[in-house]
Amino acid sequence: MKLVKFCLLLALMVTFVGAVNVKAQDGGEGLTIGFSQIGSESAWRTSFTDAVKAEAEARGINLLFSDAQQQQENQIAAMRAWIAQGDVDAIILAPVVESGWDDVLQEAQDAGIPVVIVDRNVDSDPSLYVTRVSSDFVHEGRLAAAWLVQATSGQCNIVELQGTVGSAAANDRMTGFNEVIALFPGMQIIASETGDFVRAQGKQVMESFLSSEDPANICAVWAHNDDMAIGAIEAIKEAGLVPGTDILVVSVDAIPDIFDSLDAGEANATVELSPFMGGPAFDAVVATLNGEELPKWIPVAGKLYTNRADYDADHQ
Amino acid sequence: MSTNEQPALLEVRGLTKTFTATPALSEVDFTLYPGEVHAVLGENGAGKSTLIKVITGVYKRDAGTIRLNGKLIEPRSPGHAQELGISAVYQEINLIPTLSVAENLYVGRQPRFLGMVSMQLMNKKARKLLKTFNIDIDVTRDLSSYSIAIQQIVAIVRGVDLSAKILILDEPTSSLDRHEVETLFSVIRSLEEHGIGILLITHFLDQVYEISDRITVLRNGRKVGEHLTKELPRAKLISEMLGREFTETLGKRSNQITNGDSKHDTFLDIKGFAKRGMIEPFDLEIKKGEIVGLAGLLGSGRTEMGHLVFGINRSEKGEAFVESKKVKISSPRKAIRYGFGLCPEDRKVEGLIADLTIRENIILALQAKLGWYRHIPYKRQEQYADEMIEALHIVTTDAEKPVRELSGGNQQKVILARWLVSNPELLILDEPTRGIDVGAHAEIINIIKRLAKEGKALMVISSELAEVVDYSDRVVVLRDRKKLTELTGDEISEDAIMQAIAEK
Amino acid sequence: MVEMEKQVLTPVNENKPQRATNFKWRNIFRGDNRALWTILALIIILLVDRMVSPTFFTVRMVNGRLTGSLINTLDGAAPIMLLSIGMTLVIATKGVDLSVGAVMAICAAVSAVLINRHEAGSDNILYYPGFVIAIAILVGALCGLWNGILVALFDIQPIIATLILMVAGRGIAQMITDGQSPTYTDETLAYMGQGTIFGMPFPVYVAAIALVVVYLLVRRTALGLLIESVGINAKASHYTGVNATVIKLFVYIISGICAAIAGLIVAGENTYADPHTAGLWSELDAIVAVVIGGTLLSGGRFSLVLSALGALIIQSLRIGLYISDLHPNANLVVKAIVILLVLLLQSKEFKQAVGRLFKPVLKLRAVFK
Ligand SMILES: Nc1ncnc2c1ncn2[C@@H]1O[C@H](COP(=O)(O)OP(=O)(O)OP(=O)(O)O)[C@@H](O)[C@H]1O
Ligand SMILES: [Mg+2]
Repeated sequence: MKLVKFCLLLALMVTFVGAVNVKAQDGGEGLTIGFSQIGSESAWRTSFTDAVKAEAEARGINLLFSDAQQQQENQIAAMRAWIAQGDVDAIILAPVVESGWDDVLQEAQDAGIPVVIVDRNVDSDPSLYVTRVSSDFVHEGRLAAAWLVQATSGQCNIVELQGTVGSAAANDRMTGFNEVIALFPGMQIIASETGDFVRAQGKQVMESFLSSEDPANICAVWAHNDDMAIGAIEAIKEAGLVPGTDILVVSVDAIPDIFDSLDAGEANATVELSPFMGGPAFDAVVATLNGEELPKWIPVAGKLYTNRADYDADHQ
Repeated sequence: MSTNEQPALLEVRGLTKTFTATPALSEVDFTLYPGEVHAVLGENGAGKSTLIKVITGVYKRDAGTIRLNGKLIEPRSPGHAQELGISAVYQEINLIPTLSVAENLYVGRQPRFLGMVSMQLMNKKARKLLKTFNIDIDVTRDLSSYSIAIQQIVAIVRGVDLSAKILILDEPTSSLDRHEVETLFSVIRSLEEHGIGILLITHFLDQVYEISDRITVLRNGRKVGEHLTKELPRAKLISEMLGREFTETLGKRSNQITNGDSKHDTFLDIKGFAKRGMIEPFDLEIKKGEIVGLAGLLGSGRTEMGHLVFGINRSEKGEAFVESKKVKISSPRKAIRYGFGLCPEDRKVEGLIADLTIRENIILALQAKLGWYRHIPYKRQEQYADEMIEALHIVTTDAEKPVRELSGGNQQKVILARWLVSNPELLILDEPTRGIDVGAHAEIINIIKRLAKEGKALMVISSELAEVVDYSDRVVVLRDRKKLTELTGDEISEDAIMQAIAEK
Repeated sequence: MVEMEKQVLTPVNENKPQRATNFKWRNIFRGDNRALWTILALIIILLVDRMVSPTFFTVRMVNGRLTGSLINTLDGAAPIMLLSIGMTLVIATKGVDLSVGAVMAICAAVSAVLINRHEAGSDNILYYPGFVIAIAILVGALCGLWNGILVALFDIQPIIATLILMVAGRGIAQMITDGQSPTYTDETLAYMGQGTIFGMPFPVYVAAIALVVVYLLVRRTALGLLIESVGINAKASHYTGVNATVIKLFVYIISGICAAIAGLIVAGENTYADPHTAGLWSELDAIVAVVIGGTLLSGGRFSLVLSALGALIIQSLRIGLYISDLHPNANLVVKAIVILLVLLLQSKEFKQAVGRLFKPVLKLRAVFK
């Protein structure tokens, strides 16, 4: 019975992954596209920016880049300038907040400039923008859980390091993860606390778990990002246990540092939070300029990696 | 004039208030009749300010009753007391320095025009109100830009204007000059005629006899007597206040300074110091062992002269020599390094470090002079503090009390103590006897004289001419921010000073 | 200068009774009777922690390292404690240092970048671990000097002056790391955060030593008194000859140095410097610790020991929340409520109000007796 469920689930996963993996295409040569980025508040954000720039260059797209330094006003001002000058074919917007975009999106639409939203969401009417390209956090949670189920044959006491309370990434990863483990009575979360996506805090919280729970009773750490996982690994080591063996470590992001831990066997799996949203976004621009209808959400899902070689193979 | 047949306006019975250990007030009775000026007198720390603070609800009393027009009242706060008809002007001026004069007068009750606060209307009313007290100033300027005297008058005017039945004044005249005192007294007399009862606290006995009808004397928190003013001779009053016999000994000191005596070399020689808007160019020479008095009306530039000499404000021109060596007095720190000290006029703002203990306040100037790394050992600090508490009769349980818990006069003594301990060569004293009781007053004057005898140079600013005449070897007379003349030796007398001030 | 001390107006009365108060003890808490309540608050929070997790006070030795929630609390409190030491002095002068979190990030970044060069094989002596630590601390001192210059010489309001570095600091840290979050493997730097002596985490020693050193520095000299005097009444202090400029420069530099050491500890814990998150929001923890310790934001009398207790209170509260089953959503609210309760516990007015509330009850009891 259990096995049936398990196989069913895996099958589901695989098809899902296949469905959302938008194949990179060429196209868009000669277009001018404005890209309004939130800022450079994290290493991931920087690599996201770099990826978009690289993709634009590879395609021969003229990318106008604007760094909003965390300010919505700056983003709106940049978009208005592009609209007023009328020299962009489309705008890609990585919004810093969800609300307050109606006016400027309407202005863009009136000027006939399509807008593609990337990364975070906006709460405007979907008719105001072409589509939204973003990571599927729920899926990331599901992938992590599926791997853990597999690795522990569905028997595991998990401690969870949540991301920042209330953030979409934390909520959705938790939802996806819990959805899957709910199917397996042997899988349960015995402690859960926020580590704010920060390495130092991940370590502190893990230290507390190791003191308040019986370490022998903890089978795995599920961290909403790699930074907290790396912090947890430190804590596990300091408690005299072997991370990756005594306590499994699974997380999301696939930042460079986690691969050192994977290689050392201290971490077990990470799900990629794809910074490669430029490709799908440009594809969407090209498609809409060609008059194609697009779904309102194009999820970008990373794969799960257990070692550096696989990852490198996927990203030459 | 009051008569005892009249029903009392305010009746206080058995009032007791204890702060920490020793009671500041114990079972004090006090009765105020309508249309009388009732002076509450006593030494520094006798409990006068505490009495009025309890009556106006600043402090909660431990026991006792307060009746207003025969009805028991429970003032919860000064605001509440005001609603009941008791207005008070406290010893520490409690106005808002960054608001304009008019705003201070009407804060919380701004005149409205068509429902809106009207600045114009308010300024107009303020101007008119002050006019009735013969004060003509720009009411739109910040209160802090005026002298303490004006600030004090504004506080009084505000208190009076709040349509009080009872007006309480805690040392209102301590920073006023003769002329302003007159103004205030005429105001008080007219209030008296309107049946308002006035409770007056002061250390100026002349004024007590001039204006008051009745006297209550407090000593160590107890009421020791109540008398009609006209029935109480001055000497008896003083001995009742101090609890011992005491004779006032203000006279005239014979000139100690003889020129050419090397013991009396020039300590400080200032040539042409000036600052626009503060004081016009002046020369000033002070010898060792000499006491130079500064006389003049309020706003005549006495304090400003002291500030320039002490480097609080930098002189724009001129030069200064300390013991014939040219010096640049660019800040109080520099001045202190040259051996100066200044005991400021406004003790609360410019002198006290309210939250520090008495000991810490006393050693502060010396410690600042020594530098942070040359810490005065605690034993030594205690010694300094204890010596000073004893020498100046500072009323306190111990030296470790925050200085803010001392009575006004005792705070003044602490600041004086601070400079005595730092042992300066030149001590500038700005109104050193303000708020000081009769007994301590004489002691401070003795200290001033003794310091001179030890060879210190002294520069004393005082509004009390009798005092200035008593100790000064030389008197510098100022008017309108300008040094007018100097009187020396036998020329010094109250009349001569008054004349010099009045001369056109 | 010696003669200054000599002057005596009236001879000291040798027969005076000896003072009853014990000076040193009193001085530790600056005569603040809220000290008792602060200690009480800490004890209560620890007991609640113990109720939440029965093993809270259990300390075990694992691989030569003491482990247990109590040790975690001390270990985690160390950086806050360091910050609160500097912050206490700054706040006592009526200032505030909002930049400490950013300075932590800068110093962590400096240490990581320099040690990476050492690890990359550079022979430059400046990249040796000892020098790297010294340089990072120097950088912290310079950051403090910068704040101090803005506040003391240019008279910019402290909250704005330090806000500049708070905002710019993380940008500077990112520039230092070139936008990366460098990791390192150096044992010496790792020791700053992970080392142990007799099983006790090294950061605990660092915080304790810093506390003692700064305590002696301000109380065995006149600095403490002068700091308080400037904070209570700047004008009067100026008139008394207190050199406020030097005092302010001093406190901001100390705060910068404390932040640098805290930055090294946080970096060492994870052998990694993240300019975005290192010390993020720590300035608020430090300020709260100082306030719980009884120093007023309006400046004046301060107690370093009570501030350190404040830091412990914050961390035991945080650890308590970690190990509780409370949903993380509630963390901030619970934290805010507990801090409020601690402050109320110290408030005289509040206790009086409560006392009045219970008066009728007490009277009633008296009637029934
Ligand atoms: N807030 C306080 N806390 C503790 N003690 C206080 C406080 N206020 C006043 N006292 C004490 O109560 C006593 C009476 O003080 P009070 O201010 O009433 O004296 P006073 O008669 O007004 O003296 P002065 O003429 O110097 O103004 C003093 O010994 C003083 O130290
Ligand atoms: Mg008084």
